[in-house]
Amino acid sequence: MFEIGLGHYLTLGAIIFTIGIAGIFLNRKNIIVILMSIELILLAVNINLVSFSAYLNDLSGQIFTLFILTVAAAEAAIGLAIIVVYFRNVGTIRVEEIDNLKG
Amino acid sequence: MIIQSIFFYIFSFIAIVSAIMVTVSRNTVHSVFFLILDFVSISCLFIMGGAEFLGMIMLIVYVGAVAVLFLFVVMMLNVAQQENEWFQSKKNSATSSSHIPIGFLISAIIFFELVIVIGGWKLKPEIETFNNISLNLGITNTHSIGAVLYTDYIHLFQISGMILLVSMIGAIVLTYRKRSGLKRQSYIKQISRERAGGIELIDVEKNKGVNIDV
Repeated sequence: MFEIGLGHYLTLGAIIFTIGIAGIFLNRKNIIVILMSIELILLAVNINLVSFSAYLNDLSGQIFTLFILTVAAAEAAIGLAIIVVYFRNVGTIRVEEIDNLKG
Repeated sequence: MIIQSIFFYIFSFIAIVSAIMVTVSRNTVHSVFFLILDFVSISCLFIMGGAEFLGMIMLIVYVGAVAVLFLFVVMMLNVAQQENEWFQSKKNSATSSSHIPIGFLISAIIFFELVIVIGGWKLKPEIETFNNISLNLGITNTHSIGAVLYTDYIHLFQISGMILLVSMIGAIVLTYRKRSGLKRQSYIKQISRERAGGIELIDVEKNKGVNIDV
């Protein structure tokens, strides 16, 4: 119980991943919160990679975490730009009112 | 060892609670603040796990750049007061509330799948021989990452730089708009201007002056 091992870190990653998924599914109002949930999911993946890297004494996991960090930053910038343009054109970013594609 | 465990539990508890608060908070600005708290506690966990460089980069990139970008967009779009409600929706509330149990069900299934995987996995016995970049304990974490990142992973490093460049250009192109009534500099007009079009010689009559409002 008090010996912190790989399993504890992996469980933490799984919990945060699940919270991110639930945030995407259950959110109905605000699309910015969905982007934040995606950031949470990427964070959970980073936790897994870093914990395996520490467990196996292998540096590759930390390198991949660095690249995931880069891609997450790029994704946040592009997503927020798209949200700004959509808000400027349509006037709302509520998830339930974005139904132009009739999905 | 006990101290380390206590710190792990504290940081992971803060991380989980703030992750929940990101998704359920009614105010979007509060969500961004809880996201910052989440990133800070996870970077503390990274530092505890021996990845100091990544912990610090996490703080710089997420708290310094991404969270501020989120806050800026929330501020610019004025949606902070727009309430983030889960269980009710104004438009066709009968149909759109049916996603709640399905969402919980899918999340629970994903979580139990992850728990099963974590409980049942086992390393391959020859995984130690696959270990291509071993963690050298004699040098610091930053030193070892730098020694690998600029040699073995140089192409991936440059490609990630290209990704950042493309995303920067994409964000600028997406949010750029032409506004009317704005005086802009036109290089073509400036360069192709000639003496004949710019200067006019006028014989001024006495006591009459020149009308310069052309």
